[in-house]
Amino acid sequence: MSDNIQSRGSDDASFAQPLYTPIKRRSFFMYAGATAGASALVLAGCSKDSDNATPSLPAGNSVTSSGAISLGSGDVGVLNYAYALEQLEADFYSKVAALPQGILTGTDYAYFQEVAKHEAIHRDFFKAAITRDASSQVLRGLTPKYDADQFLTKDKILKTAMAFEDLGVAAYNGAGKLLKTPAYLVIAGQIVSVEARHAAYIRDLVAYGSFAADDQVDPALGLDKAMTPAQVLTVAQGFITEKLDGSSIGVN
Amino acid sequence: MNFFNIIDLLAEADPDVLDRFSSRRAVFSSLGTVAQRAALATSPLFLGALFQKAYAGTASLPTDILNYALTLELLEADFYRQFLAAGQIPAGAATDAITVIKTHEDVHVDYLHKAVIAAGGTPVTGSATAGIRFNPSLLPATYADQLKYAQVLEDTGVRAYKGRAAELIGTDLLTPVLQIHSIEARHAAHIRTMRGQQPWVSLGDDLAADASYKAAYTSGVASSTKTVMALGGTTYGIPSYNPARPSPPESNLQQGAAGTKPAVLITTGIGSITYTADDAAAAFDEPLQAAEVLDSSRAGGLLA
Repeated sequence: MSDNIQSRGSDDASFAQPLYTPIKRRSFFMYAGATAGASALVLAGCSKDSDNATPSLPAGNSVTSSGAISLGSGDVGVLNYAYALEQLEADFYSKVAALPQGILTGTDYAYFQEVAKHEAIHRDFFKAAITRDASSQVLRGLTPKYDADQFLTKDKILKTAMAFEDLGVAAYNGAGKLLKTPAYLVIAGQIVSVEARHAAYIRDLVAYGSFAADDQVDPALGLDKAMTPAQVLTVAQGFITEKLDGSSIGVN
Repeated sequence: MNFFNIIDLLAEADPDVLDRFSSRRAVFSSLGTVAQRAALATSPLFLGALFQKAYAGTASLPTDILNYALTLELLEADFYRQFLAAGQIPAGAATDAITVIKTHEDVHVDYLHKAVIAAGGTPVTGSATAGIRFNPSLLPATYADQLKYAQVLEDTGVRAYKGRAAELIGTDLLTPVLQIHSIEARHAAHIRTMRGQQPWVSLGDDLAADASYKAAYTSGVASSTKTVMALGGTTYGIPSYNPARPSPPESNLQQGAAGTKPAVLITTGIGSITYTADDAAAAFDEPLQAAEVLDSSRAGGLLA
């Protein structure tokens, strides 16, 4: 830092003169003021000046030295992370929705019929979007796993659904700040509020009135939970056969 | 990391950049000790604040976004105060739920008020009698209709936060705003359940068409810079509205357009599975732009 200050001299007037033709002015203004733009420039500065070579980051769906499947880095990592969670939710709901009426009835049964569609749509959206934007890094189809008695009782089904929905909300809330592309953040926002609607409703099915109870919502601040990918994957890994590596999500 | 390389890059893109910062020396002379300067200058947050100050005419400051959120929370909190005071809510679960929701809106007001001050701004204010508050003459007489207004406010709040979160990318304010956003969605889901509706927003369920709202969008501000709102004893900026680019309706089935990359049609899934338009619409909520939310046809029309 100080080297650069000195090397550039101390006469402010000399810097006030345009040094280059302003050919990029319009494109700069497209994101001027947004901190995303500033951060991108910081990162550009880092890569230009750092003496340390940036370690190569794993591609999405690549296999790490420990045999785990990497979710990838940067925004693609965040998208694959969401895709992994949506794969799990979609699989769980599809299995519940396929159960004959009896274990679940009435509003409980109807809920799973409907939400199974929502989660499948989320899963398929992420596959399509990642294929569009980073076709070589699309996370593979995962193999969910469940306790032997997962689908035998209403209590276990509802409690697991509630855990998945609350986990999904906290995952999206925590991953938002890892995204650098505004369009991806908007999409994450469009999905997380639907997950929160699911969470509120399944909570009401478990215990009416617990849609935003204090175990999930900090009553002093009125804030929902936000969890890091590491925290979320620790929980989710219990339901996924493949070992996932989310250590480079959002890093680039 | 070289802060001055960034300034030079900016100068390349925008030869007026140094005028915007007053001068390099002035920027740094206001920042304290050498150590503090070095620490600050390497922080993306610092850069964001600096650039947002320099380009305040072309984009919103974090305080603008926080004051916008605070406006909506003040409106909601005062609505629930009047809703409870009207005495029409059945005792038991219904009163308990509305009380919980009001408590959340009150702490959101408190949180955002402090956040605006912490970010160096002047928070908008409101009370039962002045500033930002729900227009008491609009409060319906019956519980059923009051509950409908609650749904209007909650569903609009969910869309409003979505509409501005991207402006907070790279700031520490993004996560708490997302954490408030999902609470609003939980509230919306429960209010909808109380009304015997589905907790999610299905096809044709855009509340702009509800009688609780007035006619079509009316303000349609379309100037070249941000629009300044004068509300609650202060002013703040919102992005200007382009009538040619309204936010999508809740029935939208084309999602995820990113730059030049086309949107994904969400009624078609993996392996050519198809989903109904109703399910697809319900699976994604939609954002609303600030100008739309504050327009008299929407939440702006509910202000006193």
